Amino acid sequence: MTAGVPVTAARWMLLGEWRAHPARVVTAALAIAIGVALGFAVHLVNASALDSFERALSSVNGAADMQVRAATPAGFAEALYPRLARLPGVADISPVVELPARAAHIAPDIAGAGRGRVTLIGLDPLRAIAVTPSLVGRPGGEAGVLLSRAALDALDRRIGRRITLVAAGRSHAFTIAGVLPGASTDQAIAVIDIATAQWHFGQLGRLQRLDIRLGSDADPVAVRRAITTLLPADAILATPEADARRTDSLSRAYRVNLEMLAMVALLTGGFLVYSAQSLSVARRGPQFALLRVLGLPRRALLAQVLVEGAALGLAGSLLGIALGQALADVAVSRLGGDLGGGYFGAGTPHLGFAPGPAAVFAGIGIIVAMVSSLLPAREAAAAAPAVALKTSGALGDPRRAARLWPGAVLLALGGLAALAPPIAGLPLLGYAAMALLLAGGVATMPALVRLLLAPLRRLTGLPPALDLALKRLWGAPQQAAVALCGIVASTSLMVAMAVMVASFRGSVDDWLVAILPSDIYLHLEGAEGGGLDPAGQARLAATPGIASIAFVRQVPLRLAADRPPVLLSAQPIDRAAPGRRLLLVGTPRPVPAGETPVWVSEAMLWLYDARPGTRLMLPIGGRLQPVFVAGVWRDYARQFGAIAMADSDYVRLSGDAGKSEAAIDARPDTNIDRLIPALRRALPPGLAEQALFGQPRQMRAMALTIFDRSFAITYALEAIAIIIGLVGVAATFSAQTLARTREFGMLRHIGVSRRQIGAMLGAEGALLGLVGGLAGLALGVVMSLVLIHVVNPQSFHWTMDTRLPWGLFGTLLTALVVAAAGTALLAGRRALSGDAVRAVREDW
Amino acid sequence: MPAPLPPALSVSGLTKALPGGRVLFSGLDLIVAPGEIIAIMGESGIGKSTLLNLIAGLDRPDNGSIAIAGDTLAGLSDDAATRLRRDRLGFVFQAFHILPHLTLAQNIALPLVLAHQGAAVALPAAHAMLAKIGLAGRGDDYPAQLSGGELQRIAIARALIHRPALILADEPTGNLDPETAERILALLLAEARSTGAAAVIVTHSDRAAAIADRVLVLTGAGLVPRAT
Repeated sequence: MTAGVPVTAARWMLLGEWRAHPARVVTAALAIAIGVALGFAVHLVNASALDSFERALSSVNGAADMQVRAATPAGFAEALYPRLARLPGVADISPVVELPARAAHIAPDIAGAGRGRVTLIGLDPLRAIAVTPSLVGRPGGEAGVLLSRAALDALDRRIGRRITLVAAGRSHAFTIAGVLPGASTDQAIAVIDIATAQWHFGQLGRLQRLDIRLGSDADPVAVRRAITTLLPADAILATPEADARRTDSLSRAYRVNLEMLAMVALLTGGFLVYSAQSLSVARRGPQFALLRVLGLPRRALLAQVLVEGAALGLAGSLLGIALGQALADVAVSRLGGDLGGGYFGAGTPHLGFAPGPAAVFAGIGIIVAMVSSLLPAREAAAAAPAVALKTSGALGDPRRAARLWPGAVLLALGGLAALAPPIAGLPLLGYAAMALLLAGGVATMPALVRLLLAPLRRLTGLPPALDLALKRLWGAPQQAAVALCGIVASTSLMVAMAVMVASFRGSVDDWLVAILPSDIYLHLEGAEGGGLDPAGQARLAATPGIASIAFVRQVPLRLAADRPPVLLSAQPIDRAAPGRRLLLVGTPRPVPAGETPVWVSEAMLWLYDARPGTRLMLPIGGRLQPVFVAGVWRDYARQFGAIAMADSDYVRLSGDAGKSEAAIDARPDTNIDRLIPALRRALPPGLAEQALFGQPRQMRAMALTIFDRSFAITYALEAIAIIIGLVGVAATFSAQTLARTREFGMLRHIGVSRRQIGAMLGAEGALLGLVGGLAGLALGVVMSLVLIHVVNPQSFHWTMDTRLPWGLFGTLLTALVVAAAGTALLAGRRALSGDAVRAVREDW
Repeated sequence: MPAPLPPALSVSGLTKALPGGRVLFSGLDLIVAPGEIIAIMGESGIGKSTLLNLIAGLDRPDNGSIAIAGDTLAGLSDDAATRLRRDRLGFVFQAFHILPHLTLAQNIALPLVLAHQGAAVALPAAHAMLAKIGLAGRGDDYPAQLSGGELQRIAIARALIHRPALILADEPTGNLDPETAERILALLLAEARSTGAAAVIVTHSDRAAAIADRVLVLTGAGLVPRAT
């Protein structure tokens, strides 16, 4: 407590107020509790999921100090291994073949494409024992495979059983020799002998990884420099720090977005505290004035109200932390570690209590409550005691114009913040812009109330109830603004999110229609490094009933050690008309003679600054190949970047004629359901089992289902923010109406009927709902523009077209008007239930 | 020989005009001796309450000076004026102004706890005051359980508990029936006498004025003794 505040008096005042109005205190504290709970829960889940993901990764990577990784699934030449082994400072080095693989006995399924997948690792146990001991188990021999516990479960196999693994387009049967004791419980890993891996999966002379352990006296910087000079174009050096950054970047924007959404709920809770404190201060104006008269200094009164806010925040935060821990447990068991976002694989992260983050979130809750109490506290401290002592509540002069400039300044600052670039790859100023716009919008409410009511006020001959309601709202815009801030905050946040999601979903749907023009799509699982060769392509193309077939090769390229790989998609693109296959954004550049054109997704612009007209160096065919960025296309599938290239160029540069996907158009008279089995029969035996066929409608529906699932938590957080806002509105209306009991008593004395007072309150509520709803809609649309054009591109590196859900707007506005009028009427009924005469004589 | 006590209240050349320009009083002088009780009467709107606000340091005069027990208000900061009010003044209001969420004992003890005294000191003193005003044993009751007369007794106890030099009472019997008013005035007089506090009572009531040592009337020309 600040110096000069009498502690005993402060305690008496605080406890007295809480005892007198427990429901209001509980409501405000609950609002903070829910916000803190959501923030803490989301943080706990994110942190735990990330931690278990990192543990899973480190169990694959072992205790290596650094790694050389292949830029493409084709790997790099194993000649690099002895050269690096001889470098000073390198104590041990373990060569690794690492391939995405799947079990042949689990058929790929379009709805569960992840099932049956494992990471196949081939290593030399004698080398690996010194670098990655967690990957070394009981020797399994040439025909044996060691599985992690997660892999055994995922593949539904027991030790001693046979299992056929498919990787790089080839398959081979193994006996399950045992379990990897040191592997993470989350990671599906299969370990075999390196020679077996190279021989049976077409990797002779190739490696995907070199795990390096440094000597105790080695200089890591010098070793790193020496390794870098020896690296071929198709390999890159990764350090544990780069790994950590890559793991973090994988889901960082999604996590930050979720945490910001949780903070939105807390912010809405803050508005509820503001509204509760404002009303409390207005109601207790004469009490505070008495304290000032009796000798409480101005600053001590300010501190008193702030301490009340802090106490509310503390109570809410403590409850919120407990709720958050429980919520996190439930969320993880129901939605998984990524809360439906699809960033992390299977596996339920372990949740423990985290005292540090708990203290941070509790602190945020207390600060939000104190900041929300600041304005009411200043108002209480600024009141003239002699005047406030004789009035019950704030008396404003109806002729005084409401101040517009504070809100205008906040709105302008919000606009400026929206124009700022990302910080550390995150739209932090974008979020700040949202908060400033929200605060600015709320701050302009007193002026806006008058602006919106001005046309109504000029009307003559209005019914007395409506006339009285208009006069009150006009005369006390500050009080109206207190009630409105909850409506405006929750409505604008809901509208902003709804517009963003509607725009995103609509754009994704358009994109799906554009990228899925064919009748059937074929995807070959585990085709990395292998796939359908030209003979197989010809056989597939000759299947009766096919009108045309377009083959695609998709290859992940690792362009930076600290970023997830980008996808190179080689497809039959017409250089002169790339828009026929790609959903282009902007006009493509003409390709200079002799250049190899590529078209990059929007994420490449953000992550690699791959602007049209610039050149990129891509690791293709064992060399770094210069390519010309000819245009940008929209891609919602790969957040970390994709590059499209003409397949003829890819074959020329890589010598890889294999294909991993195909888009098939059937002849008009062909039955699609019969064509698919025919296509499967036309595939080589090794690939037929790994073929995944999809039809556009089914794929589109599945994509939108995934979209909705990944936004489920967003919808839930948004709904909670709105509920808090609406509860705040109800609490505010109720408190304001009850505080006017004497006014109603006076009106009853001079001949206004109960029905007329009820109508007046209903009209006030409806007008407030209408004004708040309209302001919230307008503010929400502005905020949605920040979400769509700032937050989303900076977080996820894609753009979208704005779509306004007018139907939702209409429903929302109607619901708000009805809810506000209903709440005001209900509260009014309570206020009018007492004796009107007693109400007039009631003191305090 | 001990030095003579300074006046409980010394007002000199006080001038105050309303924001519209109407002059309420100009060059007003008033001396209240320690322990003296004076009553100020006058028409509604003449400026009686404004005069009390000026004496309490809640409003600033346009000219002139005010001293409470020798301490001049002029030039005091808001905090210093607040401290002076807390230590030297007691207040009794027409509308009682008892905090509804505090117990009776806590209400009475407020001036002490505002002066940073702990509850262990303040509450026993408040219970002792309750006994003096005839409400012994009711310290843990809340104001809602009391009548108007009882509430005003609480207000008087609160005004005196910290032994102020001067009590400012604004229409202390305005909300009470004649009999209760009589008893309240007697209590105020007795308690002021027993603590040695001076009092300025602003009132329209002749009965209230009757307890005063001097009765002054505020007019446009200033404070004048009431004709007997």
